[in-house]
Amino acid sequence: MKSATGSHTGTGTWLVQRATAVVLAVALPGLMIPFLAAMPLDFAGWQALFAPLWLRMLILLTGAALALHAWVGMRDIFMDYIHPTGLRLALYLAVMVTLAGSVVWLAAVLFGAALGSAA
Amino acid sequence: MKFRLYRYHPESGEKPFMQDVDLDLDPAGKMLLDALLAIKAQDETLSLRRSCREGVCGSDAMNVNGKNRLACITPLSELKQPIEVRPLPGLPVIRDLIVDMEPFYKQYRSIKPWLINDDPEPEVERLQSPEDRALLDGAYECILCACCTTACPSFWWNPEKFVGPAGLLQAYRFIADSRDEATAARLDNLEDPYRLYRCHGIMNCVDACPKGLNPTEAIGRIKSLLVKRRV
Ligand code: SF4
Ligand code: SF4
Ligand code: FES
Repeated sequence: MKSATGSHTGTGTWLVQRATAVVLAVALPGLMIPFLAAMPLDFAGWQALFAPLWLRMLILLTGAALALHAWVGMRDIFMDYIHPTGLRLALYLAVMVTLAGSVVWLAAVLFGAALGSAA
Repeated sequence: MKFRLYRYHPESGEKPFMQDVDLDLDPAGKMLLDALLAIKAQDETLSLRRSCREGVCGSDAMNVNGKNRLACITPLSELKQPIEVRPLPGLPVIRDLIVDMEPFYKQYRSIKPWLINDDPEPEVERLQSPEDRALLDGAYECILCACCTTACPSFWWNPEKFVGPAGLLQAYRFIADSRDEATAARLDNLEDPYRLYRCHGIMNCVDACPKGLNPTEAIGRIKSLLVKRRV
């Protein structure tokens, strides 16, 4: 290897991190408003709060943005500190599975039987 | 005045240690380099690099009370005693305050720090407008002292792969130069999760630079150029 050069990647990942940061900065405070306004104390209250489809879509979107943001952040940490390539790949995979699983789970909770039937 | 100096002589087989030194010296108007040279006059085994003694050559960068600075322009009067002097962090120590700069220079070389222009040479100089010339301000003044790069945690973790603030500032200096024709190739060379994107904007580099330069800003401009050509 004579001289180092770029792999022509990285800009997309960086953009994803920035874009999801903006989404989170807007959506997280935005989502707090209906929660604080309703302050549900019982199951029926929670069900009513989650009834509007747009709110559930927004929560899912925010969850997905959070997962993507966390993915870039975790990848950065692993690139900084975990130098054996095999171990780093294994950790990437573990984080990806955990985050993707969490988003799927979130979707299942939001659109699953308990809430879905109430809608 | 009280000093604590990092000492390391590999041929002795001993581990590096901190040496307490008392020096009879009036700090008024004197720089740290004056004190170190006075100590060296008493004990010639103390090894350090220096040349211009006025903040121009960049050879006497060292870690002083936890901050990377040039000894020759660091007034003794502003330092808390005991003044702790160590070699630059993040680079292999050769002896005492002398580090192996090769990992730093290697990254510097990797950005091709020279003007690339294959046009036939004009009869006079390659001229620039005053506005184009102004784009180089804040970038060309770098003296390659490595204060910034060795203060950067991202460089500590990946010195082989991350270009580091000094190299990236110089990369930007040539990208910004109106006479340079290799902008696209230069951006290609940097677009990489390790070479450029290890920078997390911690800004240690800005804090460390004895010439008051801002590598983080230059890195931000490189990133915007990469984003612009992509989206
Ligand atoms: S801003 Fe970037 S280059 Fe400067 S110290 Fe921080 S990580 Fe390093
Ligand atoms: S940018 Fe500043 S700290 Fe970094 S090498 Fe150049 S002069 Fe030294
Ligand atoms: S001796 Fe030249 S910069 Fe300090």
